Amino acid sequence: MLWFQGEKVKTRKLFAKFGTTFLWSILTIITLFPIYWMILVSTRTPVELFGKPDLSPTFLEKVHWKNFTKPFLDGVYSDYLFNSIIVATSNAALVTVLALMATYALSRFKLAGSESIFFWTMTNRMAPPAAFLLPLFLLFSTVFKFGDFTLFDTKIGLILLYCVFNLPFAIWLLKGIIDGIPRELDEAMVVDGANLFTIFRKLIIPLAAPGIAVTSLLSFLFAWNEYLLASTLTSVYARTIPTGLSEFVTTTGTNWGTMAAVALVSMIPALLFLFAVQKHIVAGLTFGAVKG
Amino acid sequence: MFSNNKKGWLLLSPTIFILIIVGLVPFFYVLYVGFFKWNPLAVDPSMQFEGFGFNYRRLIFDGVFLESIWRSIKFSVVTLTLELSLGFLLALSLLSSFPFKKFFRGVHTLPLVIAPIVVGSIFKLFTVQGLGPLPHLLKDYFGYTLNYGMNADQAFWMIVIMDIWHWTPFVTLTLLAGLSALPQDPYESAKIDGANNFQIFVYITIPMMVPVLIVVIFIRLMDSLKIVDEVWMLTGGGPGYATRFTGIHIWKEVFEKRYYGLGSAMSILYLYITIVICWILYSVMVSRGKSED
Repeated sequence: MLWFQGEKVKTRKLFAKFGTTFLWSILTIITLFPIYWMILVSTRTPVELFGKPDLSPTFLEKVHWKNFTKPFLDGVYSDYLFNSIIVATSNAALVTVLALMATYALSRFKLAGSESIFFWTMTNRMAPPAAFLLPLFLLFSTVFKFGDFTLFDTKIGLILLYCVFNLPFAIWLLKGIIDGIPRELDEAMVVDGANLFTIFRKLIIPLAAPGIAVTSLLSFLFAWNEYLLASTLTSVYARTIPTGLSEFVTTTGTNWGTMAAVALVSMIPALLFLFAVQKHIVAGLTFGAVKG
Repeated sequence: MFSNNKKGWLLLSPTIFILIIVGLVPFFYVLYVGFFKWNPLAVDPSMQFEGFGFNYRRLIFDGVFLESIWRSIKFSVVTLTLELSLGFLLALSLLSSFPFKKFFRGVHTLPLVIAPIVVGSIFKLFTVQGLGPLPHLLKDYFGYTLNYGMNADQAFWMIVIMDIWHWTPFVTLTLLAGLSALPQDPYESAKIDGANNFQIFVYITIPMMVPVLIVVIFIRLMDSLKIVDEVWMLTGGGPGYATRFTGIHIWKEVFEKRYYGLGSAMSILYLYITIVICWILYSVMVSRGKSED
């Protein structure tokens, strides 16, 4: 950056460089310290956690594996983990397919009111979920009834529900990408007698592949991380990992080690994901309004 | 083929269908329930109609609810100010080169992908009395007693600190993306005209960054008005009402006290306030975008 290099004095530049590195080292410690402590807690017995906090990396020598095995092998947390995986994966797949179709329609066809439809989908993302807890709870448990089947406490219910915030986001992200594919290519394929399915398979999906991958990964992450709706709309059979975490708060005499272990395990997909799409995360979180 | 709108609507219909089922229907349902007195745990558990404004009139004088809204707004403004200033500084520092920059930036991205509920857990483990190292360190080195389970101010500021830890990276990276995309010409001409770094920052960088800043403010404000998960995990809305933000207040009224009618009215008001704030920012965003084209 030009304005930053204005000073010709070398020592001052060196000093600035040193200062910046120092500042960022402190920030990195602040970021990592709480996470490091969580790892320590997850590897210790309740007795070892008693008293003055010991910050040395004891997990290098001894890990109390029971913190992990108890909730995931003996307890219900393996079910929660399974539910989380099913819900987040299915939701990401559903959202990606639907958003691709919808975005193509909004981008290529001249539909009456398509601007308003686009804006309306976006408002779904902005609304605070807490405002919809009661109506969703009532609708899911009593109104949306098909014989004995209600959406309450089912994975299907959660998968559909997460579309509220994931679909608008996916449409927004994909719109920029599909708008960028020249119309003439589609029209040429139509002249050659291709139908919509062929256009998707041969043109849109190959050209938009990176964008589609980012969209589905981010949708997966949002669905994986969601807590409030899942905790209200499930009770036994469809509970996800985040709702399981909150259960530690209400139980008396919290087993901190187990709680830390569950939190740590639930972070794993997020960490893998961080390596996969680090570059696109800004574009994803700002709805693509700022290219990251 | 593209003039055949039937196909277009066909492609859009599943999306519209799902968003109506889980977005629009709940909205009208909560609007409808908001006109009734309805408490399933009361002597009369049925829905009673007592005039359109019944619940809303009660809410106007509901000090706890109004206070929760004020608390949410205060929290949003405080965190937004701190995160913007810190994030801007960090973004600027990332423009220059220094050792281990990539590593630092990578670690800085980490909190972004962690679920809010997990962030709440991390902070609970880190700061809770009797377990976390933070109260101990503060006590030993500064003689400061941290017990946010008892102290209302500490609880509020603990949430603020947690939010800063969680979301400053988002501000930093977004502003960095914006800064890196700025054109270089204005800087060069300013240099030739003899402007100093501070003048350049105030008169060139900030005005050119306004569109990105508005996007950041828009998204951060939207999210921090919604905050529930982290707070629920860390303080549960307490002590007393100290961290009872609107989302938590609604949850408690609806699912603990079972005030269905009143809770619906609260939801509608909460929604209304969020929409008004977002709409103002959105129109600013759009009008600025238009004036630049």
